[in-house]
Amino acid sequence: MPGLMATESQSRLLAGWGNTAPSRARVDTLTRSRARDLLASVGHQGVIMRGLGRAYGDAAQNGGGLVLDLAEDTDDIVLDSERGVVRCSAGLSLDHVIAHLVPRGFFVPVTPGTRFVTVGGAVASDIHGKNHHVDGSFGSHVESLTLLLADGSIVEVGPEDGDLFWATVGGMGLTGAILDVTFRLLRIETSRCTVSTQRYSDLETLLAAMSEHDEEYRYSVAWTDLLSTGRSLGRGILWRGDHTRLDELGDTDSDPLEYVTRTLGSVPNIVPAPGLVNKLTSTLFNELWYRKAPRSRQGEIKSIPAYFHPLDAVGHWNRLYGPHGFLQYQFLVPFGQEEALRRIVSDISKAGCATPLVVLKRFGEGNRGMLSFPAPGWTLTVDIAARFEGLGTLLRGFDEIVLAAGGRHYLAKDSHMSPDTLARGYPRLEEWKSIKNRVDPNGMWSSDLARRLELSK
Amino acid sequence: MQNALVEFQNIVVLGGRSELGVAIAARLTTPFTQRIILAGREMSEKDAENFRSSLRTKMSSSLDVSCREFDASAQDTHQDFVDGLGNVDLVILAFGQLGDNESMCADPKSAADLVSVNMAGMVSAGLACANMFERQGRGHLVFLSSVAGVRARKSNFIYGSTKAGMDAFAQGLGDALAPKGVDVTIVRPGFVHTAMTRGLDPAPFAASVDQVAEAVAEGLRKGRRVIWVPTALRYVFAILRVLPTFVWRRLPIS
Repeated sequence: MPGLMATESQSRLLAGWGNTAPSRARVDTLTRSRARDLLASVGHQGVIMRGLGRAYGDAAQNGGGLVLDLAEDTDDIVLDSERGVVRCSAGLSLDHVIAHLVPRGFFVPVTPGTRFVTVGGAVASDIHGKNHHVDGSFGSHVESLTLLLADGSIVEVGPEDGDLFWATVGGMGLTGAILDVTFRLLRIETSRCTVSTQRYSDLETLLAAMSEHDEEYRYSVAWTDLLSTGRSLGRGILWRGDHTRLDELGDTDSDPLEYVTRTLGSVPNIVPAPGLVNKLTSTLFNELWYRKAPRSRQGEIKSIPAYFHPLDAVGHWNRLYGPHGFLQYQFLVPFGQEEALRRIVSDISKAGCATPLVVLKRFGEGNRGMLSFPAPGWTLTVDIAARFEGLGTLLRGFDEIVLAAGGRHYLAKDSHMSPDTLARGYPRLEEWKSIKNRVDPNGMWSSDLARRLELSK
Repeated sequence: MQNALVEFQNIVVLGGRSELGVAIAARLTTPFTQRIILAGREMSEKDAENFRSSLRTKMSSSLDVSCREFDASAQDTHQDFVDGLGNVDLVILAFGQLGDNESMCADPKSAADLVSVNMAGMVSAGLACANMFERQGRGHLVFLSSVAGVRARKSNFIYGSTKAGMDAFAQGLGDALAPKGVDVTIVRPGFVHTAMTRGLDPAPFAASVDQVAEAVAEGLRKGRRVIWVPTALRYVFAILRVLPTFVWRRLPIS
């Protein structure tokens, strides 16, 4: 064992996007030729794959163990334009895939609020986007996966090939390493989106509007103000849209499929301890953000990055929270349990713990992924500074409301749950564990999250 | 594991007979906590029961509280002891003896024994934990120091010198472990009303056990590396430690 003063060049301190509870692990790059050697070197603490580190908690870190990434092989992307299907390395980012696809008239079937996630991570977390109510989550569009298993074998699995595929979709990388992914695409005529923006003065009118008209749009997502109080509690802005058709674009000199991303700048790593996100700056932001939005505007044309990934324009925005980091609390409650949602919204407002980053979304049907998060219902996402006083008690109170309502929490965001919270939210957990035990009896694929939630031995 | 709220699943107290150590562990026990190990001399099932009943809120029924024999002065056993603990997320190093300064002056061997527990024991157990945490790539050590080590008083300078030594050790260890993902927190209380100090005249800024436990919980949440209890002592000792000797010797507290 190396001494306290020794430095290992290949070991790194890794944290999730929320920058809480970092741990140190040996890091390396997985290639097919090195796979067997790397797996043979795995010790007691196991191994996990890491993409771009955008999971908020401890999903892609593995203290004392091995953490592997895939080389971003940009040539490794094969588009079948006839069928509208792409096959690419799981290590590619959606950023890269989208830039490749859009000029060719295609779009990814699902994108989250950031394009800086890998395709492998998209499957492992079974990510969802603004179109979940229509198109479902990422795993629903996957035709096949190449998977490196604990015994060193490489298998190809599809949705009809039995349970390993559906244990891997949403399985947080704990069934094996996803090497390649083949998935269906969306055909687009232009690289723009036609967006309608609507402002609502309270939570009830916002929920009602989403319930009534969401189906008319492919994309729909709302922001709600969790710092306002009284009658304006939960006032919000609803953005709905669709890919702009060629005939809607009108006369323009530019290429209808032109795709350009812009960066405004990056937050330096010098934000002092309390961070810049506090109740004062957040309340101020929310007021401006709400007032700035039009009461109602139809037919606004936006670029793909501006509509889907506005936060990506600012690099390292997570640093605004300071060195102690933050967590993103995301839960869902089924339709008919709106009272649970209202209670949590009201409690968050009373506690004053919320930041401006709040997302409200109506989910459609879920898929067969055993640990896949989405299911018909409402999902609310809120960022909270990790060192908020009394946060543990507050969140456990929310957890109880969510679980009693038949809801659950999103593993890609989670950084606080205990094993029983997970078990109560995911009724198919035991089924998942039996498959995990079958393909990985020694618990080789493991992570800090897996140990915290007892997903791996 | 530790979660984003600085809560711990597995907590170990080295110094299971230490009122302060046990109170801190109880204060840091949350519904997220699964396992508590109280390690000390002559521990019994009663200690585990007392611990359970001292918890402020209802914890999960699966909370496992157990006791183990641990001898701070038997340094050759420390690494094996720590390695046998399984996954640990937080270790509170709380053992230590006060001793009677006057009688130790008359019996130098007894002073050396105190040093063996308070200083050598802390170094040995601290390093054993550090090695374990380094293998885990993660962990948190809380060292119970004392303001007695900041400037030794003539009335208890032997105890004070052991605290000065272990405090310097903990501070350097924290610097060495920071890049390894292992956190070290030093707690420097003033006079605390405990069984160990019963019958002694309390010094100014005396604190209760609960006050210390609360301050540690608060300090960990805020990511403090050094926690003074009460906070005012930080400023009091900033002055006391630089006082010229002729002034210091005239002070009634020295």
